[in-house]
Amino acid sequence: MICVVCPVGCHLRVSADGDVYMVEGNQCGRGKVYAINELTNPLRTVTSTVKINGSPMTRLPVKTKQAFPKGRMLELMSVLGKVELKPPVKRGQAVLKNVLDTGIDVVATKTCLDNRV
Amino acid sequence: MTTYKKACYDLVVIGGGPAGLAAAIEAKKNGIHHILLLERDRELGGILQQCIHNGFGIHVFKKELTGPEYAENFIDELRDLGIEYKLDTMVLGVHENKTVEAVNPQEGLLSIQAKAVVLAMGCRERTRGALNIPGSRPAGIFTAGTAQRLVNIEGYMVGKKAVILGSGDIGLIMARRMTLEGAKVEAVVEMMPYPGGLNRNIVQCLDDFDIPLLLSHTVVNVYGRNRLEGVDIMKVDKDRQVIPGTQRRIECDTMLLSVGLIPENELSVDCGIKLDAVTQGPIVDNSMETSAEGVFACGNVVHVHDLVDFVTEESRRAGRSAVDYIQRKTTATGVKIKVVPGETVRYVVPQLVNLDGPDMDFEFFLRSRDVHDRASLVISLDGQKIKTIRKRYLVPGEMQHIKLKRKALPVCSGGSTLSISIV
Ligand code: SF4
Repeated sequence: MICVVCPVGCHLRVSADGDVYMVEGNQCGRGKVYAINELTNPLRTVTSTVKINGSPMTRLPVKTKQAFPKGRMLELMSVLGKVELKPPVKRGQAVLKNVLDTGIDVVATKTCLDNRV
Repeated sequence: MTTYKKACYDLVVIGGGPAGLAAAIEAKKNGIHHILLLERDRELGGILQQCIHNGFGIHVFKKELTGPEYAENFIDELRDLGIEYKLDTMVLGVHENKTVEAVNPQEGLLSIQAKAVVLAMGCRERTRGALNIPGSRPAGIFTAGTAQRLVNIEGYMVGKKAVILGSGDIGLIMARRMTLEGAKVEAVVEMMPYPGGLNRNIVQCLDDFDIPLLLSHTVVNVYGRNRLEGVDIMKVDKDRQVIPGTQRRIECDTMLLSVGLIPENELSVDCGIKLDAVTQGPIVDNSMETSAEGVFACGNVVHVHDLVDFVTEESRRAGRSAVDYIQRKTTATGVKIKVVPGETVRYVVPQLVNLDGPDMDFEFFLRSRDVHDRASLVISLDGQKIKTIRKRYLVPGEMQHIKLKRKALPVCSGGSTLSISIV
C-alpha cells in the first residue's frame, strides 16, 4: 500500500502475525501508524470550506485537526454545510468542537479579520 | 501625457506566491532592506490560497499544512520583517536595465528602478485550445485550477456530474473535492499509461471514493448545445493513437482539464531572457540567475514543481543570490559550465553551473522520462562519473531533487559539461 501521510508516498509492505503488524518500506514512524490504521480503522484529514459572512472572503478554509474516520467523511461534509461564521476568525481556531462525537475538532486554516482579504 | 510614478529599490520581486514570498524574505534576512514585492491578485499567497487540501510543508516546516496555512506562515513573516508589497498590481514589463513597469488602480503607472529583479510569476494551466478536442463549445468545461478557485474561494459549485481529463495533481484533488461537495465524478481519463499526479493522490482522491482512473484513454468528442451533455472517450495504444472500436459515451455536465501547467514567461520573453525548450522556463545557473544579468527566477516560472517545499528552497537560493549580486560579492561574469539531461532524463534545472558563483553547494531538480523501478541517478563530468544516487522509484510525475557538494566537483573549465542520467 502507498502511505498517503505525506507527498513522499512510500510504498509500504505490511505483514500481520495475529495482532502484531510488521511494516516495511516506511521512511518515518508515521508510515507505520498509517499502515496499521489503514487495516484497522482508516483515517483521513478532511479539508473543506465553510461560509463566512461580513468579509470580502465568502468561504473560509477549514480542516479536521486530526485524521478523521474515512467512512464518515460525507456526514462531516453535511455538518460543515450548515456552518456560518463571522470575522474575526484566527487560523487554528476551532470552528466545530468534537464534531459528530468523534472527539475531533474542525479548525480554521486561514485568518480572516474584518476587512482584510 | 502619461505620468509615471517613479521609485528605486534594491530588489523588486514579481509575484507574491510561495516563490516570491520566499525570495523576498530570504533577501531581507541576508541584509537587503529596500525590497518591493508586486502581486497582481487581491491577496498574497498565490495558488496556495485555493489549495485548501493538506500535504504542504513536510520538508520546510516538518509538518503537514494546508495551502492557506503554508502561505500564511510566509505572509506573516513578510509582514513581520516589514517588507513592502503592493497588491492588485500588474507588471507590464521588465527591462534589461532592471526597470520594472507596473500599474495598479491606486497609483496608476509605476516605473521602478531595481538593482536586481526576481521573477516569480508562477505558471498557468494548459487549456482546451492547447489540446484540440473536437466537438461543440458548450459551457461546463473548465481547467481544474479554475474550478478549484470557483469552488474553494468563490464558493460556487461547478457541476453535478463530471469527467476529468488528465490525471495531474490538481485534477485528482478536484475529483475528491467535487465528490465531497456532492457531485459525481464519473472518471478520470488519462492518455498516458501511468498517472500524472502523485501516488498518494491516486489513493486518497480516487481510490477512497471509487472513482475510476482510465489510463491509456482520451476524450475524442464533446457534446452539448448550451451546457455540456457528454463526452466520448476512446482507448489509445502505446503510440497514443486511438484504437478503433473502443469508443464509448459518458454523460456529464462538466469536464475539468488537468493536462499540465506552463510557466508564465511573457515578461521574461519580452525582457529577452533565454528559455529552455523543455521546461519552457528561463535557463538559469545554480544561483537562479537568468540570461539577463541581475535578473533571477524561481519557482514554477522556471519549471513546474510538484512540491511547494522545493519551490521555497529554490526561491530562497534565488533571494540569497540576488543579495550576493547586489552587494557585488559575486562577479556577474563567472565561468559557467553546461548541465545537460543524459539518458532518459527529461530535463535538469539549473541548466548552468557558475564556477565562480556564490559559495553554495549544488542542487539539481530533474524529471525522468519513463517509469523506473530501482534505478540510479548518475552525475558525470565530461563522461567521468562523479556521483551515483540510488532511487527505488522514478516516475515522470515525481520530480527528483539531488545535491552535489561544491568540493565534489573536480576542477574544470568553461568547456566542460555536467550530465545527469538514469541507469
Ligand atoms: S512513511 Fe513517512 S515519509 Fe513515507 S510517505 Fe509516509 S509519512 Fe511520508
